[in-house]
Amino acid sequence: MAKKPADKRYTKDHEWVVLDGDIATVGITDHAQEQLGDVVHVELPELDREVGVNEACAVVESVKAASDIFAPLAGTVVEINETIIEDPAIVNGDPEGEGWFFKLELDDPDAFEELMDADSYEEYLETL
Amino acid sequence: MTDLKTTPLDSWHRGLGARMVPFAGYAMPVQYDFTGALAERCRGGVLAEHLHCRSKAALFDVSHMGQATMTGAGAAEALERLVPGDILGLKPGRQRYTLLTNEAGGIIDDLMVANLGDDRLFLVVNASRKDVDFAHIPGIVPIENRALLALQGPAASAIVGVPLSFMGVAETSIAGIPCLVSRSGYTGEDGFEISVPADRAEALAEWLVGHEAVVPAGLGARDSLRLEAGLCLYGHDLDETTTPVEAGLTWVIGKRRKMSWDFPGGAIVRDQLDNGAPRLRVGIKPTGRAPAREGTAIEGAGIITSGGFSPSLNAPIAMGYVRREFAEDGTALTLTVRGKPMPATVVPMPFVPHRYAR
Repeated sequence: MAKKPADKRYTKDHEWVVLDGDIATVGITDHAQEQLGDVVHVELPELDREVGVNEACAVVESVKAASDIFAPLAGTVVEINETIIEDPAIVNGDPEGEGWFFKLELDDPDAFEELMDADSYEEYLETL
Repeated sequence: MTDLKTTPLDSWHRGLGARMVPFAGYAMPVQYDFTGALAERCRGGVLAEHLHCRSKAALFDVSHMGQATMTGAGAAEALERLVPGDILGLKPGRQRYTLLTNEAGGIIDDLMVANLGDDRLFLVVNASRKDVDFAHIPGIVPIENRALLALQGPAASAIVGVPLSFMGVAETSIAGIPCLVSRSGYTGEDGFEISVPADRAEALAEWLVGHEAVVPAGLGARDSLRLEAGLCLYGHDLDETTTPVEAGLTWVIGKRRKMSWDFPGGAIVRDQLDNGAPRLRVGIKPTGRAPAREGTAIEGAGIITSGGFSPSLNAPIAMGYVRREFAEDGTALTLTVRGKPMPATVVPMPFVPHRYAR
């Protein structure tokens, strides 16, 4: 697997988070999309929705099953990626780029540091 | 997964990038991540394997299914006592889909029966029902040393090259390998099911995928293909509490059997046919793109027994049982998906037209 950038953080639910100021972009990892199989439908949160840590706020449906996507950090939804609603295959094709899910304005940007870094996530994957 | 049984093609699948999952006690490929020449034909995964089957041909390993024979002058009569189908009238070289029924008219299993001539019947039963069926059918002899492959899709016929019509069966050879071939399948496409000695299975599979049009496909695609074709999956759409009338399978009842009704549960089935069954299996089209999966409640009407995403239609499809008054095509239903109401409509099946070589 390619080396993941240091400023990207990960959750045990296989989401990635990139922080820009107090705006966090959230998506699912390459590992997650591979496990899910072909993604056929995505449901994203409403704009301006306030979400708590680990709150289920999106759904990704693959050919196999529906999976909840949890907010990795507390904040307010400020942008959603409409493109993956139109073309869910992007989530498989470019999960950690064009296939992002939503952006959160974080309540506490410092909490970002508590998420796993790339090395920790790699180690975590090996325990699965 | 250590105590799972394996098919004769187990290592072949793994070598092709299969993701193996437990299914009915067997390790089976659910989908493939192809590499090399196969990757150039198909990127792999359920959607791509599914669409490849519809456009060209896909090879499925269905060796987990139960193969068996019944032989002797009384074989057809013995089987006929257990099923609503006309088995005595099944001609040599022909195969028929039938049902084992219980005294309540419930379905013990759905199966294929072929007449190989010379008082020999060949049966293919569901993997999950082998033990039940083999204990239930007197004189049945399970076959342990054969694999079962299915080549399905519009390109299958030119490759297999065995001149059969739909539901025809022949003992012949393919690529010099002796096999028992039937023109049938579980995808709605033209295709063949090929019973082959276990030790020749890999050679046959290799020969088949040696054709440009063919890629292996897993159980994931097999399931979405059969759902598009409106075909039942035992344990999901059929069980010991569903009758042939409820399941919409009354066409399996032989004409002669409809005069005598002398199969297990015959009186109940006849009554349901005359007076209506309390519930019926129907096709269901949810609105939007979210699949409504097995177990989804249909408000006030019933439950979904198979549901997923149709790669061919690029939309969710499902089948389920509804109370009779909800079974008319066009009836509006309300599904409950993740706690939210989702409108849906009763639609005719199959979702994708069958393309059998009749």
